Amino acid sequence: MSGEKKITVRKQKTRKNHTRAKLIFFLILTAVLLLIAAFAKYLCPYDPYAQDLTLAQKAPCPEHLLGTDRYGRDMLSRVITGSTVSIYGTLILVAVITVVGTVIGILCGWRGGKTEAVLMRISDLFLAFPGLVFALAVAAVLGGGIQNAIIALAVIGWPKFARLARGLTLTQKASPYLMAVKLSGSSTGKLLIKHILPNIAGPILVTAVLDIGTMMMELAGLSFLGLGVKPPMAEWGSMINDGRSMLQIAPWMVLAPGAAIFITVMIFNLLGDTVRDYMDPRERNRGK
Amino acid sequence: MIRYIFKRLLQLIPVLIGITFLSFAMMRLAGGDAVTYMYENAGAAVSQEIIDKTKAEYGLDKPFPVQYANWFSGMVTGDMGESYVSHRDVYETFTSKLPATIMLTLSSVVLTVLLAVPLGILSAVKHNKWIDHVIRFLSFVGNSMPNFFAAMVLMYFLSVKLGILPVVTNSDLGQSIILPTLTLAVSMAAKYTRQVRATVLEELNKPYVMGAKARGIRGSVIIWKSVMKASMLTIITLLALSIGNLLGGTAIVENIFMWDGVGKLAVDAINMRDYPIIQAYVAWMAVIYVLVNLVTDILYHYLDPRVRLGGDRA
Repeated sequence: MSGEKKITVRKQKTRKNHTRAKLIFFLILTAVLLLIAAFAKYLCPYDPYAQDLTLAQKAPCPEHLLGTDRYGRDMLSRVITGSTVSIYGTLILVAVITVVGTVIGILCGWRGGKTEAVLMRISDLFLAFPGLVFALAVAAVLGGGIQNAIIALAVIGWPKFARLARGLTLTQKASPYLMAVKLSGSSTGKLLIKHILPNIAGPILVTAVLDIGTMMMELAGLSFLGLGVKPPMAEWGSMINDGRSMLQIAPWMVLAPGAAIFITVMIFNLLGDTVRDYMDPRERNRGK
Repeated sequence: MIRYIFKRLLQLIPVLIGITFLSFAMMRLAGGDAVTYMYENAGAAVSQEIIDKTKAEYGLDKPFPVQYANWFSGMVTGDMGESYVSHRDVYETFTSKLPATIMLTLSSVVLTVLLAVPLGILSAVKHNKWIDHVIRFLSFVGNSMPNFFAAMVLMYFLSVKLGILPVVTNSDLGQSIILPTLTLAVSMAAKYTRQVRATVLEELNKPYVMGAKARGIRGSVIIWKSVMKASMLTIITLLALSIGNLLGGTAIVENIFMWDGVGKLAVDAINMRDYPIIQAYVAWMAVIYVLVNLVTDILYHYLDPRVRLGGDRA
């Protein structure tokens, strides 16, 4: 019996793919990004807002690795500074829609009845809009500014998580262990937080991580259209917008922030894919 | 079948009311000071009296539900008021720009299908071969690139460096449409190649494929006659979803390439706080999106015997 068990363990070990190693690798990359974004102030070689017109539109060179923009501001410093808004703005946005959506979803799934009918119809309504169209409208109502851009995308983003959390809660609701929890006299609040939430957190977390890349692109898109951050604040989307009229003479003004978004989104997407594979036992144990 | 369509049309009514109400309410939340803003725009300081008079002129002094009812009946009859900025009829302005956006959307969808379907199938058939890895890598790259950046890169290489395409829209439609279409199609094709690949891969692993192989049917026949037929449904659903994405995505791309469609109209209107135009844009886009989804569902219903039979029983 025990011998047989050992064999299965070894078999799994030899078939194991590199999901875990990949996960750690991408987590480290993400951590590096987050640290850069957090300590952007100390990492900039120059002041990202200091204008020096004598240095305007300088091509990349050893002093200014990514060149300078039309006001002579150092692009590298601006890209580093911009990471704070782009990355943390996106993370706040994803956190907000995940939490709001999950809370509403659990409530709907648990309470059922009228609460569910009303909230789900509302979420249907939001899902009936093409995403960015609605975000544009909300941004238009609220005016520019990064907070308002985040709110605009949050308004359109939460129903996805509400639907997911509701579905997961419904499957949990039917399971026998919840009956046992109820019989043992646990309060509803405790039941929802201590039992349902941990059991449905996995898929929600995966969806949230996979959503980061998309949300980052949409937030940058709003900034690009002038509905996000206000100048002179450095943010990748608005920097691309700044540079787009200079594409012919100073392409680095577009390429530097563009590459920054691209690489960041790619890292978050890779992290999302890996987290999904890691959480999915079928994927984890399926040898390549 | 007819009963099903009828049922779906009935279900549509509350959604449409909800959508229009929401877009209306949102703009009114902001629209209260639109009149003040309008005069500020014109550079004139005006008395409260004139503001009140203008508000009455636009019907902004009536109770909210009345305003909504007026606006909704206007939307149905094609009278959506006039723009605060250009003072042109909103409905006319909107419908004159719509064909350009629809053309761009359709050309992007066609290009997306032409790219995503063959690449997805190729990737699935050559599962884990080098070509599969290359296609997956490319689709991953395309997926991580925001469309406005893709637009810039394409513009830089095709227009600035090679000079074979115009940077922004000019009178030559055939040339002008290439860059915006390419931009929209690149990011969508990246996404859908992955999905087509996954669908075809799943279909290829089904027992009937093995059965067909065992009977000595050629690989190409299995793929085109059986696997494609079964995968078509997923692909159609994806297309419908992509139209929703496109309707929003065109706003950015139209702005970059100065493509004179409703997306550009909307962004310009947002910058000018031209609320009637924004309202019309949001409401109509949502209506179009919902209708496209409805057509997809009906098509789905029609094409898939499993859904069709299940649906009729219910």
